[in-house]
Formats: sequence, C-alpha cells, structure tokens
Amino acid sequence: MTDIEHEFPGYNDKNKEFQKAKAYLLQSSTATGLNVYDHLSRVLGKILDERPDNVVDIFEDISKDCKRTKFTSDVDTIQDKVDRSTEVALAQIQRKLFTRVGEDGEEEVAQDEDVETPLPNLMELCFFFEQAAIGLNREEVVRIWLAMKNLVDNHPLQHVRFWGKILGTEQNYYVAEVEYREGDEEEDEEEEAKEAKEEDKDIDKDAGEEGEDEETEEDDIPKPDFKSPPVVPKEENRTGANKKTYFVCNDPGKPWVKLPMVSPNQISAARQIKKYFTGRLDAPVVSYPPFPGNEANYLRSQIARISAGTHISPSGFYQFDEEEEEEEEGEGGRDHFVENIDFEGIPVRELADPSLSNWVHHVQHILPQGRCSWWNPVQKAEEDFEEDEEEEEREEPDEPEPEVGPPLLTPIAEDEEVGGMPAWTPTLSSQLISQFSVAVMHSNLWPGAHAFAIDKKFENIYIGYGHKYKPENYTPPNPPPIQEEFPSGPEITEADDPTPEEEAALRAAQQEAAEAEEMEEPEGDDDEDD
Amino acid sequence: MESDCLHIYIDYLGSSGIILSSEEKAALQTSLIILQNENKFYRVYFWGKILGVKDNYFIAQGVYKDEFAGRRTFYSKDCIHWGLLPHATLEMKTKSKLAKGRFTGDPSYEFEHVETRKIGDGEEATEEEETTIIKEEERLSSVIAEIDDDVRIIPRGAFIQVPTAEVVKNRSFEGLSVQESAKLCNYMHFREAKRLDLKSLLQRANMDKAIDFMDSIEDDVPRGSWTMQFERGSGLLILRSLQWPGYVFYHVPASQKYGSCYFGTGEKNMDLPFML
Repeated sequence: MTDIEHEFPGYNDKNKEFQKAKAYLLQSSTATGLNVYDHLSRVLGKILDERPDNVVDIFEDISKDCKRTKFTSDVDTIQDKVDRSTEVALAQIQRKLFTRVGEDGEEEVAQDEDVETPLPNLMELCFFFEQAAIGLNREEVVRIWLAMKNLVDNHPLQHVRFWGKILGTEQNYYVAEVEYREGDEEEDEEEEAKEAKEEDKDIDKDAGEEGEDEETEEDDIPKPDFKSPPVVPKEENRTGANKKTYFVCNDPGKPWVKLPMVSPNQISAARQIKKYFTGRLDAPVVSYPPFPGNEANYLRSQIARISAGTHISPSGFYQFDEEEEEEEEGEGGRDHFVENIDFEGIPVRELADPSLSNWVHHVQHILPQGRCSWWNPVQKAEEDFEEDEEEEEREEPDEPEPEVGPPLLTPIAEDEEVGGMPAWTPTLSSQLISQFSVAVMHSNLWPGAHAFAIDKKFENIYIGYGHKYKPENYTPPNPPPIQEEFPSGPEITEADDPTPEEEAALRAAQQEAAEAEEMEEPEGDDDEDD
Repeated sequence: MESDCLHIYIDYLGSSGIILSSEEKAALQTSLIILQNENKFYRVYFWGKILGVKDNYFIAQGVYKDEFAGRRTFYSKDCIHWGLLPHATLEMKTKSKLAKGRFTGDPSYEFEHVETRKIGDGEEATEEEETTIIKEEERLSSVIAEIDDDVRIIPRGAFIQVPTAEVVKNRSFEGLSVQESAKLCNYMHFREAKRLDLKSLLQRANMDKAIDFMDSIEDDVPRGSWTMQFERGSGLLILRSLQWPGYVFYHVPASQKYGSCYFGTGEKNMDLPFML
C-alpha cells in the first residue's frame, strides 16, 4: 500500500478507470489510423496557439480542419491487396455453376433442350415442400439444382433425385441419389470394382493372417477353436441396399463424390452406434463397437437405413411388373416394380388420413442381417453362430430364420410404433385453404424425413443429422463377455518350492534306493545266468 | 428472432432446414403485431416451433424494457391465436423432466410417470406406486425455459447492462468481424450470469462491466456442444447447438443481423457424449 492510497481511499480504482479510459481513447481507427486522444490534443494545441474568438462555436470546424491538414497517403496498402477470403473463394467456385454449358457454341444449347434429361424439376418440388414448411432456402435449392445438372452432364445417368441434406459438425452433406443408365455404368464401375476387390482381399487377409503365421512357425502353438464368423457378402450393385448410387458434396459447386457401396456389416455396426457426422468423408469413425470403415461408409449406411425406412409413395403409383412376377415368386421377395401408368392420383384428404393406408414403402426393408434379401450363412459355418448373430442384432423385431422383412410396397400403416406414437404424422399443408393444399407426411422414426404428395406428384426428402429416434437414451452395447479360463488341474497348480531340508531328505532317499538296487543287482545277474 | 423482420431473417436459417411456409409467415406477421399491441410489449420475438406428434406449437416471447425481467412466453397452434404459458417454476421443471417422449400437440394432454418406491425394510418391504401427472402445457413452459437457459445466445456486445441493471439492446453494436465471429468466446448466454464468479481475477480484470455481464459459451460442457459453420464462405455464421438439436443461431459478420430460433422436438440430447 502506498501513502497516496491511505490519503485517498479508492485512488487505485479511480486510477484504473482512468487508465482504461485513456486506453480506449488511444485506440486508433482501423479506417484512418487516427485516435481520439492524439486528435484532441492536436486540436486543443491548435486552439491555444491561435486563440480564436468564440472558439466553442467553431470547434467542429477546427477539428475538421485538423483532420484535413494531416498528411495521409492515398494509397491504402491493405485495401489494395486482393481479398481472398473464403466468401470470395466460394463465390468463384459457384460462379461456374451459373455459366451456360454451350457458351462457346450455340448449337450445344439447342441440343440440350431437345434431349430428355433425367434432371428433376427441383424448384417445383421445393415449392410444394415449402408449403409444408420443409426444405431449404430457395437460393440454395437453385444452387443444388445447378450442381445436379452438372452431375447429369458428366455421368451417364438414367435417374437423379435430390435425396436430402445431412448436417454435420464442420460441414454439411448434400446427397444426390442416382441410377446409372443400363450398361453405361461399367466405365465408372470398373474403377470401383477394383477398389472393392482390394478391400475384399484386405478382409480375407485379415481373416487368414493369423492362421498363416502360425503354420510357418516351427513350434506347435495351440490353435484357437474360435472361427471368425463368416462375412455376410455385400449385395450386388443395383440390388437391395445397393440399388441406388449416391453422390455427396459439401457445397453446391464443389465436386460430387461417389459414395462406396454399403456392406451388411457396416449396416449392422451403424445400427449400434450414434455419432455426429463431421462433414469430412475421410474422417475416422471413433466408436464402440468399432465401425468398419470411415465416415463415407457410415454416411452410406445411414443413407441406406433412412431410405429403407422413410421412402414412401402413394399406394398405386408403383406396381409389380406382372411378367417378372411369376419368375420371382418362388424366391419370396420381389424387388422390382414399375410405374403404374393408370395411376389416377389419390385425393389429398385421403392421403392425409391418419389411417396411413394410402402410402406404401417403395424401398426394400433391410433385414437384421444388413441385407435386403436373406443370405444363408449356414452353407459356410455352424448353426450356433447364426444364433449369436441374431442376438446381437435385435434392434429390428425378432424374425424367424430365415429373416423375412415386410415385402415391397407394404402400406406404412404396418410400420411399428415408435415409443407409443405412430411412425408417421400426416398433415395438410394448409388448414385455411385446404382445397389447394398438399398432403405431407412427417416421419417420427427418422426425424427430418418428410414426404409430400399431390395428384400424381410425390417426393421424399431428408434434412437432419441422420439419426434414428429412440424413446430411450442411447446405451452402447456391452463389451463381450470375459473369455473362459483354462480349466485348472494338478498339472498347472502352483506348489511350494521344497526347503533345503526336504531336498536333502529326498536326495538321501534317492541314494538309498540306488544303493538298494545295486545290492539287488548281483542277485539279478545270478538269476539270469541260471 | 425479432418479429418485425421475421419474414426476411428466417431465410438465414433455411440452410438448416428451418423454413416457414408463406401461410405461416403471413399469419405471424399479422398476429404478432396484435400480440405486441395488446400486451404493450417493447418487442416481440419469434422463438421457434416445437414439433409434436399430432400438432406443432409456435412459440413467441414478448419483452418490456428490460430484456431479462418480465419476459413472457406465448404459444399458438395456428399462428393466429396466442395463449399465455404459465411461468416455469422449479417444481414444474423437475416434474417435466420425468415426462418421456415427444410432445403430442394437445396442451391439455397429461403425461403420467409412475415411480415404484420401496417402503420399509427387509421382508416387510412393500412396493408403492406413485404417479406423477405432468400437464403438457407445463412441460412446454419448462422446456422453453430450459432451452432459454441452456442455449439462448447473442453475440458479445449486442446487449448492454445499463447502470440501473436493466439489460437493453446496444444501439452502437456493429456486429462482429469475420475473425472475431469465428471465436466461441464472442458469444454469450443470454441469461443471468452463473459462472462469472468462477473466473479468475486476472480474467475478470479485462472485462467490461457493461458488456461482459453474461457467461460466454466457450466454457460450455461438454466441449463441442456447439458447431460453428460459415455458410456462403464467410458471409453468414451459423451456430447450432447439439445439446438441443434444432436450436440454430445466425449472425452476419460485421452487421447488426443476428438471431436464433428453435425448431425441434423439445427433447434434450442426452446421448451427446457418445456422439462426439
């Protein structure tokens, strides 16, 4: 404590306030580099030098004068620097979307108009969704639309639709669902097939590695009885969970990335974990149980699960192909359907009926196994493994062997309840002018999944974090049970070391026995001689 | 989000899937003005929407001169008729935490929570069931209060505390610069400070009493419960809460435009530690 503080209590506080105030006044403007403190002292100095009359009336003028006479350079080194902020960078990327394809030659444009394009009328769909307060910004939708047009131009696609948007912690994913034109996909597929093969090899290697290593070693190390469960094979392209191909991008205008095909073990692992997406496709998925693959695989399996659970259409819009029907009936599940040309449209009122009987699923249900069509693992492994697997994957309702899911085009009224509430909530987009409204379905199982229908138009969309709704909190699965110990027996039981006395006694006993033998031996020799 | 520019500013949240239909926008424009006028509010905020299984609730809040004291919450199912929600008491909040599942959409619906308790010791123990009844209206009110308490945020400097302890809008708030807006420490919980006393003297020495009278979200637990994203390059900052999925805050850097909305089911994300 200094003397001055004794005399004036609170001096320190005032001093601090003063310091703060001065520091504030000394802050120089980012635009001109001036600060109030210097400027005021200059103005006051000028006034005291010149001593004009009625100085208070012309104070502003003096202040202005002071500012004007100060030398400043016209060149702003900072402002003239090229600003490459992220905003500009993105705008540069997106500008490419808005340039017309055939800007160098008019013919191409004319051609484009004639050719039937698989590009959907996204703006129209956006309009319907917007009536139901679902969707994205209109500007954003236009950008997505243009980005999808890019996708269509660069790949031989037969069918394209905007699947939805998945929110991540760092970036978001825009997802486009595509189908290649028959036969045209090979080019694109070849590369992927190679990759896939390598992946499969890796898996095989992992499985086989342990065995091989042991064989090379000389010592006969006991081999474990455990046989790794057979890997459920991936579904072929264009069937089951891999029926459609998906492209994602982080921002419209950035390149579209094709997602890898989904494998059943990825789907079953994805069912057991709940993780936020980061927005980077190569990010690892750190979870328990470990997820086989990185975020791209996780994203793909969530997309498969969401599509299977929430893609619905008004009943009657699709129908089974009658010619194919007979062939496939033997196998149980039919996986092909065609558009019903005679579909007349269902009145909106009936679509929004809470009985939900007028909507059907048009994507195959994914079985607990992680495939849409059941694959029999018994042909490879023992039966007891199958039981294990079923126990592990009891997220879906128990199903008898072989696993059977609801067939295609099952009404959503048969969907299971979610924690006591129906799986879908039907609404009309407008209560006030209901004759022009659209029927909207909100999924309660996958919050963020919606569908609308009016006349012959319908569409599904998903905007959300990509997680299933569970009434209970998430509990990670238990760790596997502890392995059994080796059965304890006398040969591995630990015994006390003998004391020196005991050792000595043993030695003495052995010696005695040896001597006794020697004594007996000559007798034995005699016997032999006889 | 302030009601007077709702129809324009709601567009900033569109990228998160928060959209109002034209009908809703038109209805809100009409009814919020009337709400403000009838209750003589200084300002009316459109708070968001809570999705129920059968119906949704639209929520609006009105404030008088002080932003903290006397904030009142209204709900509506059709965007036109607004009903006052009861003030969330501590008892209501503890009770409503027992209610499980989504909101139904009927304010008079009663959730039941049955708790079995053991009375007596040893062999004489008998189980007794105690039923708690939670009205949806009360649950709604307490969930809103909880969301406000947990995640409602504003940029630093947007509100000031005047010497009479009232909290008012800062007229000279110019927005955060792009660099500043990327820092979590520049966003404050818009509630009475709870953690300010925990800060060290050294940290508190640099605080401005008029501005730093709230907690910053930098110290929120768990770390990572906020995701920050720049949309359109750096033209729009979006902060989403993962603790209350559906709460979205936006700020256009270097402008006075900021606001937030909650569009969600009204359920707290308890699984957050597993999901990061």
